[in-house]
Amino acid sequence: MSEKKLERVGVYVCHCGTNIAGTVDVVSLAKWAEEKLKHLGVVVAREYKFMCSSLGQELIEKDIKELGLTRVVVAACSPHLHEKTFRTAAKNAGLNPYLVELASIREQVSWVHTDKAVATEKAKAVVAGAVSRVIENKALEEIKVPINPNTLIVGGGIAGIQAALEIANAGFHVYLVEREPSIGGHMAQFDKTFPTLDCAACILTPRMVEAGTHPNITLLTWSEVVNVSGYVGSFHVTVKKKARFVNEELCTGCAICQEKCPKKVIDDVFEAGLGYRKAIYTPFAQAVPKFPVLDKENCTYFIKGTCKACEKFCPTQAIDFNQQDQYVDLDVGNIILATGYDLFDARRVSNYGYGRLPNVFTNLEFERLSNAAGPTSGNIVLRDGKTTPKSVGIIHCVGSRDKNFNNYCSVICCMQGLKFAHLVHERTGATVYNFYIDMRTAYKAYDEFYQRVLEEGTLFVRGKVAEVTDAARYEHEKGKLIIQVEDTLIGKQRRIPVDMVILSSGLQPRHDAKAVGKQFGISCSTDGWFTEKHPKLDPVATMTEGIYIAGCAQGPKDIPSSVAQGAAASARVLDKILQKEVALEPIKASIDHDKCSGCRICNGLCPFNAIAFIEDDQVSDINPALCQGCGTCVAACPAGAISGTGFSDEQIMAQIDGLLFRNLLPVEA
Amino acid sequence: MTENFEPTIIGFTCNWCSYRAADLAGTARMKYAPNVRLIRLMCSGRLDPTFVLRALSSGADGVMITGCHPGECHYIEQNYKALRRYLLLKRVLKGLGIEPERVKLIWASAAEGAKFASETTAFVEEIRKLGPLNWGKARDQLPVISEPIQREEVAA
Ligand SMILES: Cc1cc2nc3c(=O)[nH]c(=O)nc-3n(C[C@H](O)[C@H](O)[C@H](O)COP(=O)(O)OP(=O)(O)OC[C@H]3O[C@@H](n4cnc5c(N)ncnc54)[C@H](O)[C@@H]3O)c2cc1C
Ligand code: SF4
Ligand code: SF4
Ligand code: FES
Repeated sequence: MSEKKLERVGVYVCHCGTNIAGTVDVVSLAKWAEEKLKHLGVVVAREYKFMCSSLGQELIEKDIKELGLTRVVVAACSPHLHEKTFRTAAKNAGLNPYLVELASIREQVSWVHTDKAVATEKAKAVVAGAVSRVIENKALEEIKVPINPNTLIVGGGIAGIQAALEIANAGFHVYLVEREPSIGGHMAQFDKTFPTLDCAACILTPRMVEAGTHPNITLLTWSEVVNVSGYVGSFHVTVKKKARFVNEELCTGCAICQEKCPKKVIDDVFEAGLGYRKAIYTPFAQAVPKFPVLDKENCTYFIKGTCKACEKFCPTQAIDFNQQDQYVDLDVGNIILATGYDLFDARRVSNYGYGRLPNVFTNLEFERLSNAAGPTSGNIVLRDGKTTPKSVGIIHCVGSRDKNFNNYCSVICCMQGLKFAHLVHERTGATVYNFYIDMRTAYKAYDEFYQRVLEEGTLFVRGKVAEVTDAARYEHEKGKLIIQVEDTLIGKQRRIPVDMVILSSGLQPRHDAKAVGKQFGISCSTDGWFTEKHPKLDPVATMTEGIYIAGCAQGPKDIPSSVAQGAAASARVLDKILQKEVALEPIKASIDHDKCSGCRICNGLCPFNAIAFIEDDQVSDINPALCQGCGTCVAACPAGAISGTGFSDEQIMAQIDGLLFRNLLPVEA
Repeated sequence: MTENFEPTIIGFTCNWCSYRAADLAGTARMKYAPNVRLIRLMCSGRLDPTFVLRALSSGADGVMITGCHPGECHYIEQNYKALRRYLLLKRVLKGLGIEPERVKLIWASAAEGAKFASETTAFVEEIRKLGPLNWGKARDQLPVISEPIQREEVAA
């Protein structure tokens, strides 16, 4: 190496209890670093039980002050967990935080290898890499950007509504974008909610109305986000407001158009296919906003060119057949995604007969069937619309906890099955069977509800149902649906004839979750749910700053948890808004104009259009406000004119050398 | 000749997907071959082919480049640029008389800890079969720096 003045480097090896020390010989690692990395400037290397503890941090701070350290390497866990901790410690001791590097010897070494000698050897390489790199680090200043106090919330289910109300009540503006004609989400479709049996509409509609009339909430229903750009603090979002063909300024929500419209359409969305709506419709009576939507695909006028009954009868001339889709541009500082879930398609479990056997229903169909405002006015009847069932079988875990479909537990189905059992009992007096793999009734007042349903006389059969069939073998099975199941508690095959079967279809990620995630720059788990920043400690933040998630979009959960997450996400957003500005990682590229040859190779490489060509000087230039720091242009510039802070060529080359144990003192030296 | 050969491999990861996959493999205590030493970049698009050449000429027997799946790059499309460079780089390596298989591109999302672990082990085995690179005189001239890695546990 050159005769450069040596930095003064401190190396801190964490035991992490036994997490690291159990597999890596931390004592010899520290000793080795102090001896063998001396020529790189290491002046001290220590090991300590928990570096991240106050005492551990103080140890580092003390050394910075007393030994005059100019660089720090902490060999511990992933930088994604504790980089901030140690950078802050450095800052407290007066050292620029970007002169600290983490060497991940836990996630990358002790947790993934078993042999102590091998693991210790690799840990040495990782530490040598970090030390070599850190001496090339430059002091950087955080970039502060202002936070736009407006917030975008995508998805107007209970989670999104809750988040919107919290932020709006705190005095900040919210744009709530909902794809359907009304907010409310799945909860609006339910009759009762477990475990309290509150009427869903009675507890939901006040929230919907509040959101609809709140001066700080702009509702954009029948709308979708089509473009997102920018970063935390200043996102630019384009929302497509699909044409409703109803002028919202004039419409009073009188619903005469819906009455007069001659075209009946099966309502696959809100009524789960059990009921009808008109071609111009609001999905349900309490819809927010009250304005109907004209469904162009089914409208007689749009199909045949004549009709316009709605226009004729509308007392305020609100129908506008020429309305076009509108594009609304919004500037927001933070975004919450609360897009909820889709229901598992029960047809996929073909042996349960849904879609083939008429009296097999899905859970969502049953919600509509038992709902007083539903197609049967709350009468629980068979598909013929009149016969009350005398026996009902409720099958749990349909599509969930099943290797062939979804591996995970959908969380709500046990309680939902109990709720249905109670409702069937109460309204029909029928015999009810629940077929379950395990009963999962954790959480407040849930198990008590289970006990109650048990006492009401619901029968429970433990076993995964093999088949639902209408092929009777015995006289008493004739005209019935037979549930074939192995009762695992008595170890016997059973055939249980019933009139009605309800399938507890599981929850699954929205069909477009991946695309939506991509649009907002967040990822999905292998199951397809949005990935949280930390599964325990940061469940509503994501890896992308300024983007939060809430409700079932993050994973299956019940209403109380969805509401809690909506509120939690809004608290995170309010925290950002109140800080007024946010510190961004100063990882940016810049061009040395003296070196730039003006070849323009970099110009087309930047997806954020951060690179512009200055005609007058015949050189390219990077706008730091637009640069996101990916480094692609840095790697591409043939003149080596572009450099990237935080990930410079020098840093990376040095790390390569260190990892390969180049530039190390010979053992016997 | 490769009986006792333990490959040394440099792995490049991107901050948003593959580095997190490595983290996840760790959190889930998945075991994989210890021969790969990782460097974190913000994006696979940052990968300058000279990094790879530097690694190979400085003692690495192979280089693993990892990033988000196509279409999932945090910076929209920069991994496509990494893909282009990778393909070009393989041609350059061939021209230099180095087996192009010594460099491998692997996509791993943040959720794919298991994939990261199994791909890593598989790549180590591929390099083991190819044998040491010994490119140029670099390796021999390296000072002896540490005890050799022991073999037994490698397959774990
Ligand atoms: C049959 C059944 C019965 C249940 N019963 C109960 C019960 O009794 N008690 C209980 O606690 N829980 C119950 N649950 C669970 C409950 O449904 C959920 O916990 C809750 O609805 C989740 O709310 P959410 O806001 O996260 O999602 P959702 O209710 O799914 O709302 C998401 C909203 O986002 C909108 N959206 C989606 N994608 C986009 C997009 N890209 N752009 C714009 N908008 C979008 C949707 O249209 C929807 O309005 C039940 C579930 C089922 C299936
Ligand atoms: S155009 Fe005709 S079919 Fe369509 S909403 Fe109006 S009246 Fe109904
Ligand atoms: S580093 Fe990436 S984001 Fe920044 S200017 Fe270069 S290509 Fe664009
Ligand atoms: S961020 Fe992972 S490849 Fe670009």
